[in-house]
Amino acid sequence: MQLGARMVDFAGWSMPLQYDGLIKEHERVRSAAGLFDVSHMGELFFHGSGALATLDNLATNDVGALTDGQVLYTPLCNDAGGVRDDVLVYRMDAAHFMMVTNAANTAKILAWSRQHLQPGTQLEDGSEDVALLALQGPRSSEILRRSRLLAPWAQRVGGLAYYHFVPGAEDVLCVSRTGYTGEAGYEIYVRPRLAGDLWDDLCTQGRDLGLGPAGLGARDTLRFEVGFCLYGNELTEDASPLETGLSWTVKMNKPRFIGREALALHRQQGVPRQLIGFEMEDRVIARHGFEVTADGRAAGVVTSGTFAPTLGRSLGLALVQRADAAARLHVVVRGRDVPARRVALPFRASLANT
Amino acid sequence: MPYIPRQLRYTQEHEWVSLEEDGMATIGISDFAQGELGDIVFVELPQEGDKLVQMESFGSIEAVKTVSDLFAPVSGDVVAVNHQLVDAPMLINDSPYDDGWLVKVRLHDPRELERLLTAEQYGEQIGQSD
Repeated sequence: MQLGARMVDFAGWSMPLQYDGLIKEHERVRSAAGLFDVSHMGELFFHGSGALATLDNLATNDVGALTDGQVLYTPLCNDAGGVRDDVLVYRMDAAHFMMVTNAANTAKILAWSRQHLQPGTQLEDGSEDVALLALQGPRSSEILRRSRLLAPWAQRVGGLAYYHFVPGAEDVLCVSRTGYTGEAGYEIYVRPRLAGDLWDDLCTQGRDLGLGPAGLGARDTLRFEVGFCLYGNELTEDASPLETGLSWTVKMNKPRFIGREALALHRQQGVPRQLIGFEMEDRVIARHGFEVTADGRAAGVVTSGTFAPTLGRSLGLALVQRADAAARLHVVVRGRDVPARRVALPFRASLANT
Repeated sequence: MPYIPRQLRYTQEHEWVSLEEDGMATIGISDFAQGELGDIVFVELPQEGDKLVQMESFGSIEAVKTVSDLFAPVSGDVVAVNHQLVDAPMLINDSPYDDGWLVKVRLHDPRELERLLTAEQYGEQIGQSD
């Protein structure tokens, strides 16, 4: 609040929606670096000899393929193949894992995980004891190297490959090369008592490199441009990862995991719907929940839509009937059918140089 | 603190209207409203010759995060539209009372202004007192 942030209640947390303008914060992350407070994310810790089996059963992706110090993105499905949450799984070692959940889903996933614990597994909700700062943007590694508080790890963090992490010590849990913006960057898990000092440290060290704070609004437009799904928008209990462009996270070669039968059937018969990208052909924005039509018939619904700041276009994602995906589409905006042009996903790759 | 010019009248929906001498009026949205909307990217406005009816919708403003209807503070014939907003909608964020004006109308009934909020009343409505 000291920065003049506009706060918003989100899943019981008071979170910064924006600090000094969404587009400015968005551009800052694309051109230099932005710092996000995403402490609302949930952290569940799985320990013991059964931890790996528990996680591999919950996840559609292959937790067994992880090595120590590696991170995995995976949906967690229900029995019908719908998505209960999309999470990151961190492997500390063979018997210690951390799962990072969406804030709105943490309680649900905690209960779901408890229901499916394999023998020899201890589960602990660490969400209240872990704060998370995301340092994102092309200058982020330079800024991280200057940090006083992260100095003991800076050397090793500098050489990290994407989706790997370095374990910390004391109030620093770990630093991973991950993020939700499509830019190079880091996510830094710390004890809440260190979070304020680390925030100030990074802001001070990064100011002359263009670092500034960024809020949840910019986080949403950044992820949207690079095609990352958002839980509650693209991902829901009623849509499968095969429909939402996440086929690469569903490993049918695993003998069992929750949702496997339903997803196998989906794969065999073809998915009913497909996530598509589009650009509005008029100066309006297609918002989450707006209806999509094909030749006048209902074809689907907009999952996310906004003005993409870096691309300078009004873009949207929609979940539409597969049969209609190639048809001439319209989005119903305040009672008016506005034509929408199909754009390949992710937007940034297909529109960056056009 | 959002700026609330004293000489203007306001609606509860955050439009302002400025009465000019020749029965004309200029309409825009308040500094508070532009701040709440955030970065404005599109504006949908009527055309010259269209009629506005007091308190009825006459267009919309799209910000990155949200869309908001525009309500006419007064009834009148549209005589000018701020065409600069087509390419530079952020003028509303930067200058809500000057360069970011929306439309100018020829008033149907100047008495309609009496139904609008004074600057002081509007300030109270948005939780701001002098």
